Amino acid sequence: MSNILEAQHVVKRYAEHTALNDVSIEVPQGSIFGLLGPNGAGKTSLIRIINQITAPDEGQIILNGERLQPKHIEDIGYLPEERGLYKKMKVGEQLLYLAQLKGMKKVDALEKLKMWFIKFDIKDWWDKNVEDLSKGMQQKTQFIATIVHEPKLIILDEPFSGFDPINANLLKDEILELKQRGTTIIFSTHRMESVEELCDNIALINKSKVVLHGEKKEVKNRFKDNSYSVEYTGNLHNENGHFELINTQILEDGIMKSTIKNIQNVPVNQLVSQLMNQIELKSFNENIPSFNEIFIKVVGGEGNDLL
Amino acid sequence: MNKILLIIQREYTTRVRKKSFWIASLLVPFLIAGVYAIPIYLALSSNDTKNIDVVDESGLFKGKIKSDEELTYRFIDKSFEKAKTDLYISDADILVNIQKDILQNPNGVKIVSKKSVGIGTQFDIEGKIQNELRNIKFQNANIDLKVLEENKVKVNAETFTIQEDGKEQSNSSTGAMILAGVFGIILYMSVLLYGSQVMNGVIEEKSNRIIEVMISSVRPFQLMIGKIVGVGLVGLTQFMLWGILTFATSSATTAVMSGKIEEKVKTMQSKGANSLDIKKMKDEFKSKNPLNNISQTVENVSLAKMIICFLLFYIGGYLLYSSLFAAIGSAVENSTEAQQFMFPVTIPIIISFMLGQYIIQQPDSPVAFWASMFPLTSPINMMVRLPFGVPNWEIALSFTILVLGFLGASWFAGKVYRVGILMYGKKPTWREISKWVFYKG
Repeated sequence: MSNILEAQHVVKRYAEHTALNDVSIEVPQGSIFGLLGPNGAGKTSLIRIINQITAPDEGQIILNGERLQPKHIEDIGYLPEERGLYKKMKVGEQLLYLAQLKGMKKVDALEKLKMWFIKFDIKDWWDKNVEDLSKGMQQKTQFIATIVHEPKLIILDEPFSGFDPINANLLKDEILELKQRGTTIIFSTHRMESVEELCDNIALINKSKVVLHGEKKEVKNRFKDNSYSVEYTGNLHNENGHFELINTQILEDGIMKSTIKNIQNVPVNQLVSQLMNQIELKSFNENIPSFNEIFIKVVGGEGNDLL
Repeated sequence: MNKILLIIQREYTTRVRKKSFWIASLLVPFLIAGVYAIPIYLALSSNDTKNIDVVDESGLFKGKIKSDEELTYRFIDKSFEKAKTDLYISDADILVNIQKDILQNPNGVKIVSKKSVGIGTQFDIEGKIQNELRNIKFQNANIDLKVLEENKVKVNAETFTIQEDGKEQSNSSTGAMILAGVFGIILYMSVLLYGSQVMNGVIEEKSNRIIEVMISSVRPFQLMIGKIVGVGLVGLTQFMLWGILTFATSSATTAVMSGKIEEKVKTMQSKGANSLDIKKMKDEFKSKNPLNNISQTVENVSLAKMIICFLLFYIGGYLLYSSLFAAIGSAVENSTEAQQFMFPVTIPIIISFMLGQYIIQQPDSPVAFWASMFPLTSPINMMVRLPFGVPNWEIALSFTILVLGFLGASWFAGKVYRVGILMYGKKPTWREISKWVFYKG
């Protein structure tokens, strides 16, 4: 899979601080890419550079194999975290204007917008003033503005913030549908459950540096600690040292739940057969860390040895 | 380039569609017409006549004080005390008592009235008595009134400017002054008005948070220039409407007024007024109509030249100041914060306006020359000087400096704007803003 976007050793300095310090990421074509990081880590700075709102001090951005140039503006759709619309303008007019600024011809824009208005069932909003719309309605309008010109790359900065659950779901479905049509989506977020659900690849930026980068599964594997959850009846004891019993809790009906760690790295089958000798197994699962845990671990200062 | 056109189009249409634009466009011409039509109208239509009873104890004035359309003087043979008590049963509005020793005591005049006496009426009465007293005193001193009248001279100088080729041009400095004042005020108002519209537009985009979407589609400089040009075109449209409508309303009122004046002439003729009085009255009204004075000046300095210069200096001055206003707008988040930063930009505008008032008196002084060259003051002050006649090379030089000034200002504004529009939170200081200018990309 080729990369639609590569950031190569990007550095951005402001007067008092460095916003991005030698940041390199690769975004595969057609993927959903999660740009993670705490507040102030440099995510928005990177997004602004990709959108050519600002320029990097060092390094470069490659889009579709070419160095980033003004013509690429039309290939990118951007929904900033702080979003807004012209309040006194009509919805339809405004979307038409924004689409034309993204390089669409008026007729094409009109046609595409009509399609979206029908899809979102908002046909009667066309002549409404933006200030008369509810917040949710404005969000839909903004989303249409982001994607109407059918960009190859869509950048969503905290897309779910401020969305109610219904609109958030609608947005999620749209993101997945766009992916299916081959669009690449970068989204920056703190919401780890949406990363879990949607992303194929991630990059975690902390203190202006990329501290974690790669495919979702592969990143998770890196953070596996060889521990397993076991549910069982009977008495589990750690006698010949293949595993370490970390903790045990009692569930209902005499069922026990323990976390064990495969300290000698024996094959899983061997581990399971050893357990089966001791107990009646109800379930056996490998503990895969959630992104929430990974995030806290990495940003919290641990796990730097895994880089 | 195409995107700038789109931005200009949006900035223009959203503003021109506003009701406030049309209200201002229609109201101003009617106000202008009203400003000069109303005094003329009032002067023409005051048909209020007053009866004045005069108790002349000195016996010097009977038959010598003449009535006119407004004031009818009647000499009565009653004592002043009696006349006073009778005032409310007679049809007289005012009672005048001239004391016996009026020749020795010019203050011996009393005016009694039912309602308080207008200042005009008081002057009329005083003036007539004064004139008569003077005549009597001249006679007593053996000065022949006829000789005196014949030797009255009034000097009325005609002013000319002479050009290098020896061509003479008469100029009317009243008209030039009016025109200069009008130019000064229009430029002053419009630079402030449309400049702050640009600023508010920028603040709006920033506080709406649409700015980030916008500059992910267009360059900040394109957005800034598009807004400035769009608002500037709104200004030009408004001038055009004002020009056309003012001409229309003024012509209409002038037509109505001349009809009225003709009527008045007829009533005067029927009352037996002589042609000299009629001419005097006509001239008086003519001088009240500023259009006459202006059209005289327009004959001297070519109308086309003035319109072209006005457009050039309006555009130059507007572009210069509105880029500064755009920079201010980008640095702040709301209009309240903007006040502090507006100060240094509005000061030169106010100074130019004040200089303009001086330049109207001294259009050829060195101050006038330099004020019409310095780009922050030249738009207003060159236009103030123009109706008095300015050599072409000065106009060209001043305009060139203005264009350079605009280029410098827009370079500076673009730098500040580009950084400012993305700055939220704390209000920046002047120091920070000056640092923005040197930020890279």
